[in-house]
Amino acid sequence: MNAIEARDLSKWFGEGETRTNAVQNVAFDAHFQEMLFIVGPSGSGKTTLLSMLSGILRPNQGTVKIKDQDIWSLSADKLADMRLHTVGFVFQDFHLFPKLTTVENVAVPLILKRRKWDEAIKEALQALEKVGIAQRAGLSPQKLSGGEQQRVAIARAIVSQPDILVLDEPTASLDGDTGRKIVEFVKRDILNAQRCIIIVTHDDRISEFADRMIKMEDGRVMEIEKGQGHA
Amino acid sequence: MTGILKIAYKLLVNDKGKFAALLIGITFSVFLMIQQTSMFAGMMRKASATVTNTGAKVWVMDRAVTSVASSIPMPDFMRDAARSMKGVKFAVPLYLGAGLARLQDGTYQGVSIIGLDDSSLFGRPELIEGNIEDIYAENGFVVVEDAESPKLENPKLGTTFEINDNRGVIVGIAKVPASGLFGIPTLYTTFSRAIQYIPSLRSTVSYILIEPTSVAAIPGIKIEINKLGYEALTEDEFIDRITNFYKYHTGMGTNILIMTVISFIVGLSISAQTFYTFVLENLDRFGALKAMGAKGRELVYMLLFQAGITALAGYGLGIGLCTILIAAARLRVPDYASVITFGNLALAFGMVLVIAAISSYIAVRRVLKIEPFDIFRS
Repeated sequence: MNAIEARDLSKWFGEGETRTNAVQNVAFDAHFQEMLFIVGPSGSGKTTLLSMLSGILRPNQGTVKIKDQDIWSLSADKLADMRLHTVGFVFQDFHLFPKLTTVENVAVPLILKRRKWDEAIKEALQALEKVGIAQRAGLSPQKLSGGEQQRVAIARAIVSQPDILVLDEPTASLDGDTGRKIVEFVKRDILNAQRCIIIVTHDDRISEFADRMIKMEDGRVMEIEKGQGHA
Repeated sequence: MTGILKIAYKLLVNDKGKFAALLIGITFSVFLMIQQTSMFAGMMRKASATVTNTGAKVWVMDRAVTSVASSIPMPDFMRDAARSMKGVKFAVPLYLGAGLARLQDGTYQGVSIIGLDDSSLFGRPELIEGNIEDIYAENGFVVVEDAESPKLENPKLGTTFEINDNRGVIVGIAKVPASGLFGIPTLYTTFSRAIQYIPSLRSTVSYILIEPTSVAAIPGIKIEINKLGYEALTEDEFIDRITNFYKYHTGMGTNILIMTVISFIVGLSISAQTFYTFVLENLDRFGALKAMGAKGRELVYMLLFQAGITALAGYGLGIGLCTILIAAARLRVPDYASVITFGNLALAFGMVLVIAAISSYIAVRRVLKIEPFDIFRS
């Protein structure tokens, strides 16, 4: 079973003369225990593709299956549930709540899953230990460095044990060395046999960690190649 | 759900600046609304003091009477007519008038004089000093001890004064549930002495107080009184009439209403604007929550909870502030006309709910419009 199956995926914005094709007829599979990079220049459709894959943006055409389930045939509530239980997100700007502590931020997905507060905090603490910043649990994310905030965002994304982890430009807000360390950490400690990680990036410095790379240009997949990180 | 609400609570109270601004806005608004309406309620209570203090179930009066102080004398035969009606247990006359009392130091002081039926003394106040029978003694008057009574040179039993060259003697000191609106002392005496001391028109009866045999008899009494060209009102109806008079015919109610509406608008403006700013600042995080799998209705619950918490806290603080102000005012002005009624509280609560609803509606609309995709695009 593939983690993700994308078939004939297209997305366009506007109609008629103003129509812009963001993604055109994309098809590929993503596997478990695979770190898949989607790369390409700005405006190539990477983020749009990632959004369609993760159940956030409805495609105009084509299907996305996550563990054989056609996600775009689900109702809005079921789709939200699917995202909650199956997909972990690491946003480019992290989007952490500055008025919550670090551990409370990490616990948010568990709270959304209706876990009891104390249990959620306990598990969030374990997730913070996994990403190596448990000692910062009681601080506001505003008091953390960019790299630490990225780790908090990763802890939040993995705390509910998602099958799919998507990272949008994970190194964009970080210096080169920190960015590299983060992706290396994700590959080494977060990727496992039950998980598929998709990273959208245009940072060549981290390409060595990719198991496969989907190269996009003008909304089309130009090439799918094995990355340097492929075992 | 409780976990989500806990997050909402922490997001709200940890943003101390915004939370304080929201609380101040709603507290100030509630304070003004309660203060205005309680002041009006206090004045209305005083305006109806004679009605509530007397305790008669049915009041007979001229149809043109608008407030208890503006009585229009009725002929004596009305008392006999009322007594002969079916369903009337007893009917007694009441005199209400104002006079000038000449005090021992030679100064004059306006007084309100209530003349009770000579035979029954129906409507008499509760005495804290003296015996009520002494009201029949020569020149006997009972003074009400309230914030106004010191104006009669702190009267005691035996204090004398003059009204229209007639001697008066204080034979009793009474207390009543509510004192009058006009800031003058109140004296009780018998009906016959009252009309003897105060210059009167040909007709002397200000009101006829009726005790019906049962509540069911009141409609019949009202019809019979109406046939004679007068009007019978129950105690509550009379109080309503007095309140309506001050509300709609003196400008007082309109002014209070305008001030209350302004208070509401002030609260709404501050609250809605601050809450909307709060939501705007957290918009991307709400979007992130949506992307992570939060449903639209869960975000709505969060916002409603935040608005509700703020509204309730502001409501409580506003009431507290108003209570403190009234208590402080009463230290200086014992008879300060302001009373917080359940009606005031309910009105302010309703308005606070409207403030919370409008504030959160604007925020909810904004939050529901966020597309999780926008979070990726940012």
